[in-house]
Formats: sequence, C-alpha cells, structure tokens
Amino acid sequence: MTDFFLILVSTALVNNFVLVQFLGLCPFMGVSNKLESAMGMAMATTFVLTLSSVASHLVYHGLLAPLNLEYLRIIAFIVVIAGVVQFTEMMVRKTSPLLHQVLGIFLPLITTNCAVLGVALLSLNRESTFMEATIYGFGAALGFSLVLVLFAAMRERIAVADVPRPFRGAAIAMITASLMSLAFMGFTGLVQV
Amino acid sequence: MGWVLVATFPGILMLTWHFGWGVITNVVTAAGLAVGLEALMVRLRGRAPLVALRDNSALLSGVLLGISLPPGSAWWLILVGTVAAIVVAKHLFGGLGQNPFNPAMVGYALLLISFPVAMTQWLSPQGLFGPEALSLGDVLVRWAGLAEASSLDSMSGATPLDAFKHKPEAVMASEFWASDPLPAGSLAAWRSVALAWLAGGALLLYKRLITWHIPIAMLGAMLVLTTLLYAIDPSHYGSPLFHLLGGAALFGAFFIATDPVSAATSRKGKLYYGAAIGILVMLIRSAGAYPDAVAFAVLLMNFAVPFIDYYTQPRTYGHAAPQRGIRLDPIDDDQERLP
Repeated sequence: MTDFFLILVSTALVNNFVLVQFLGLCPFMGVSNKLESAMGMAMATTFVLTLSSVASHLVYHGLLAPLNLEYLRIIAFIVVIAGVVQFTEMMVRKTSPLLHQVLGIFLPLITTNCAVLGVALLSLNRESTFMEATIYGFGAALGFSLVLVLFAAMRERIAVADVPRPFRGAAIAMITASLMSLAFMGFTGLVQV
Repeated sequence: MGWVLVATFPGILMLTWHFGWGVITNVVTAAGLAVGLEALMVRLRGRAPLVALRDNSALLSGVLLGISLPPGSAWWLILVGTVAAIVVAKHLFGGLGQNPFNPAMVGYALLLISFPVAMTQWLSPQGLFGPEALSLGDVLVRWAGLAEASSLDSMSGATPLDAFKHKPEAVMASEFWASDPLPAGSLAAWRSVALAWLAGGALLLYKRLITWHIPIAMLGAMLVLTTLLYAIDPSHYGSPLFHLLGGAALFGAFFIATDPVSAATSRKGKLYYGAAIGILVMLIRSAGAYPDAVAFAVLLMNFAVPFIDYYTQPRTYGHAAPQRGIRLDPIDDDQERLP
C-alpha cells in the first residue's frame, strides 16, 4: 500500500511528466489557453493514460513477451493507444456532445501525446507489476492534469497582462512553464522510487 | 512599499548584529542592482524610469533577495539573482502588478539550484565585532569574489535546519543536540533573527499593509504539522519551536508569502494559499532534499494562485454563486440568461 502511494507521489510530483521529464508538452502548450477546455482535456487524458498503461502492460506481458516479439513493443503500444483514444472519443461523443465540441481536434491528438507512450515504455523499464503499472499511469495522469489545469488558469491571467510585445503568446508561456519547472525542483528527493 | 522597507529594518539589523557586514553588502548590492535593472527595463519599454522607481517596488524586491542570500555573497551571484528576479520574473510578465511569481523568490530558487555550494555557505554567527568576526575589508574581498576557497570553508557552517536535516538516521534528536553540532550561538542567533522578523511583521499588520490571513494560515499549518510529527516521533522530527523559529519561516510568512501581487486575493483564498505554503514547507523540510523550502513552497503556490482565485471569488451581493468548471449541461446556461 505504501509502495503504491510512493509511486503516486513520485509520478505526480517528483518526476512530474510535464515539468520534470518534459513529456507531453504539445497538449500542455496547445490546450492551456482556456481553463474549461484544459479541464476537459485533463479528464480525457487521465482516462486514456490509465487505461493505455494497463492495456500496454497486458499486451506486452500477455502477447509480446511469450512470443519473443519484444522488439515490436513501440508499434504495438501505439496501436493500443490509438485504440484506447478512439474508444474514449466515441464514449465522450455519446455521453457529452458539448465536451466533445469543446475538446474538438485535441481528443484524437491524445494519440500523439508523447507522455502516453512515455508512460507505457517507462513503466515497462521499471519492470512494474500489473497494479504498479496501473498506479504509475494514474499518477502520471494526475500530475499531468494538475499542471495543465493550473497552467491554464495562469495563462488566462497572463493573456490580459501587459507583456512586452516580443514576448507575447508562446514565448511568455514557455517562460512561465520554465519558472513552474523551477518550482517543481523543490520536490527533489521527496521519494526515491 | 516604503513601510514594508521600514518593517525589514529590525530583521536586517539583527542579521547584521549576528552575521556581520556581509548582510549589509548583500542588501545594498541587491537593492542597487534591482533599482538599476528596473530603470533599464522601464526605459527599454519606452516609459519614464523615474516614475516607475517612485513606488520602491524594485527596491523592496532587491532588499528581500539580499536578505535571503548567505551573508557576504559575491557580486556575480547577486547579479544573476537580481536579473532573474527583476528582468525575467517581473518585467517579462509586464512589470509591477502583473508578475505571477514572487520576483525575489524566483531569483533565490534559481540561485539555489544553479549554485548550490555558494548558496549553502552561511557564515557562522561571529557577531559584528566579535574576536573572529570578518572586518568590512574582508567582507569586501569576498564580495569581489577574490577570497580563497579554503578561507570560505573555515568561516562557514551549516544552518540549524541544514545540520538537523543531515543528522544520521540512527542518532536520536536528544543525542544530536547534546553533541553540540552547530557553531557556538547559532541557534540563539537564528531565533533572535526570527523574532526580529516577527516584530517587522507586527508593524506590517499594524499599518494594515497585510492582512492576518496568510501569515496565520501558514504558521498555523506548520504548527499543527510539526506538533503532529513531533508527537509521533520526537527523536527524528524537530520540535514545533525549532521549525517555527528556524530558517525562513517567519520571514517568509510575513514578507514573502504576503506579496500582494503574487498571492491569492480573496480572504478564503488567502487562507488556502497560506495553509498550503505551510504544508509544502513542512513536507519538503521533513521529507525532501532541501533543508528549507519557503522559496519553493511560495513559488509552487504562486503557480496555483490563479486557480485558487478562480474558485474563491466571493459571491456578489444580489447574485447567485457562480457555477464554475466545465458545463456539461446546456440547460444551466439557458436558466442563467432568464431574467
């Protein structure tokens, strides 16, 4: 139980996928203009990340490893992720058309979110068990959601600030992200996993 | 901001009394650089520098950064910190009133990560005129970066929080204190400095420059957490008094966390903001890699402030409480538009 909690803290805060490992920066920059769409994206990504972490764990240990096809893992994981994203998109469209409209193109783009593939591969590297892989994916998703939502709220404020013209838009967003990354360095050493 | 500067005087005087001239060189250098850089940045944006300098905000950021640095820091260290504080954290975001992060703490955190050795060499408290105290000349040599590295080591010691952090796991707290791990008078020096910050904070409260919400919430959260930890395992966690009067807790609570620009604005938001800072400080102090964490905790919560503000806006009189978050039910929208 303590192990699971440590994995959760480690992936969500100490080794945050966006601010410490610099994965998944595209949706982090792309969908953080408005708080509402960021929240929708955070929920969708949480769902996809957890599910794809579990699914790729099963595919690897149930299919690839027994058949000695480990070298196909990247292709296999991408197919699994694409399948999970498609499933999520269908589900969101049926259950909440409004959220589907808000998220628009970004929903299918979760497929290309490098954090999703990164979680699957990194969880493989640390040789986690089934439950650990689930918690690992969920923790990564929590960290991603936390940072994305807070960043979106901050960007709404910066959008109305009197930023010097050369720094407007993406430039100041990158600087903000770097300062946030600086703050996350404070979590260093909190847990060793 | 003038009165905030006045409120820092007791703390600066007490620091100088215990740690020598190095505090004065720090504060003067950082303040001078901050004012110069502020004038330069305002000038670059085509505005009148003298008008911008009149509010003393850059001066205050510089003074706060100078106080946080180890006494007798070299000029280049202070320069790097001030550039990060005034240019990056303040003016790239649009200048006074629009910076989402506390400028002084951005400078401090950047230095702590980039130059960990220089940033953890606190002079041992030799006093201003003590037998082994550094003279003003020695301090200026250090300031110019000309002092030999070996002379720096003999002069500096760990702060109480730092020493306690690196206590071996097997050593009990009582044995640790009995072994006299700190330079003479270190604990007393840090305590009197903390009380001087408390006096400055009382002046800020009396002049109504800050409200009580953030400092009380932050110190209260720290008190509750330390009491709990101390009650569970007094041999490995510091006592509440040790944590509250050690390190930057009181300085941070009254002078750093209460920065009106980067802190939360509503009363409820301030309570959440302060309490979260206290919790993060204790989390990093007792489990993280850094001995003190006020800078990191404040930056982390600065990052969360727009979100806190969004959810803690007070209800306007005569209006219903606003609905926030994602609206998945379009009927809600229609109901709002009805007269």
